Amino acid sequence: MVGPLHYLFLAAALFALGALGVVVRRNALIVLMSIELMLNAVNLTFLTFSRFPLVRVAPTQTGFLSGHTAVFFVIAVAAAEAAVGLAIVIAVFRSRTTVNVDEFDSLKF
Amino acid sequence: MAETVLFWIFFVGVLGAGFAVVKSRNPVNAAMSLVACFFFLAGVYLLLSAHLIAILQVMVYAGAVMVLFVFVIMLLNLKDEELGRERVTVWKGIGTLAVAGAIGLIVVRAMRDAYPAVARDLAADQLSTGFGTVRSVGRALYLFSVLPFELTSLLLTVAIVGAVVVAKGKI
Repeated sequence: MVGPLHYLFLAAALFALGALGVVVRRNALIVLMSIELMLNAVNLTFLTFSRFPLVRVAPTQTGFLSGHTAVFFVIAVAAAEAAVGLAIVIAVFRSRTTVNVDEFDSLKF
Repeated sequence: MAETVLFWIFFVGVLGAGFAVVKSRNPVNAAMSLVACFFFLAGVYLLLSAHLIAILQVMVYAGAVMVLFVFVIMLLNLKDEELGRERVTVWKGIGTLAVAGAIGLIVVRAMRDAYPAVARDLAADQLSTGFGTVRSVGRALYLFSVLPFELTSLLLTVAIVGAVVVAKGKI
């Protein structure tokens, strides 16, 4: 039987993979994709807590669906983040001709 | 029974495709693996009876966001030498250990006692009310979070304009 802990474990593993990608990889595109992986892991925990709530009566008027509305907003923000992030990658590539995040060091003191 | 089998199929799919994203050297392969990962995740969302979110996942992530990624990969048209060598350094090892330690700590300490038996009882009787369908989530969105919902449209407009301004060479 699949319980909430299975879903939470999957979310934790997916978040770890995304964080690993951000830490280890140097390609800016793959770093952005890893950020998307982490956002999806967060969505999965929202949906899990929405499906298997810890309280008997929902604390808000939305009922136990407030997790779903939160995921809706996370998806919208993630789409905006991807658009602006990729635009920044294009702008930096135009001036530096590289996507290696180690060479994006103009702001370094 | 079917739920269990499907869950483990999706489990392996999500983690395998996610690992392929982090591992692959070529961004095109990473993007394709990311699409696969998002589709498997949509399956997991269906198992959690989040129907609307599963459809949104396929349409917004696997559709719109991934097309954006593939377009940018095509636009940059990276040569093989521009992809660079991924070197293994001490700091990357330390970073990997830190990530593994942090997530492992969360899994061991937080998940153990997160769920009393109460949680399982509730799960069955809330499904009868059309949980997670377009109708119920739409009602929740429009009745109780109208302002954030409308502000989302403003956010997306700002993102569109911002992306054009940033990516355009000269205004």
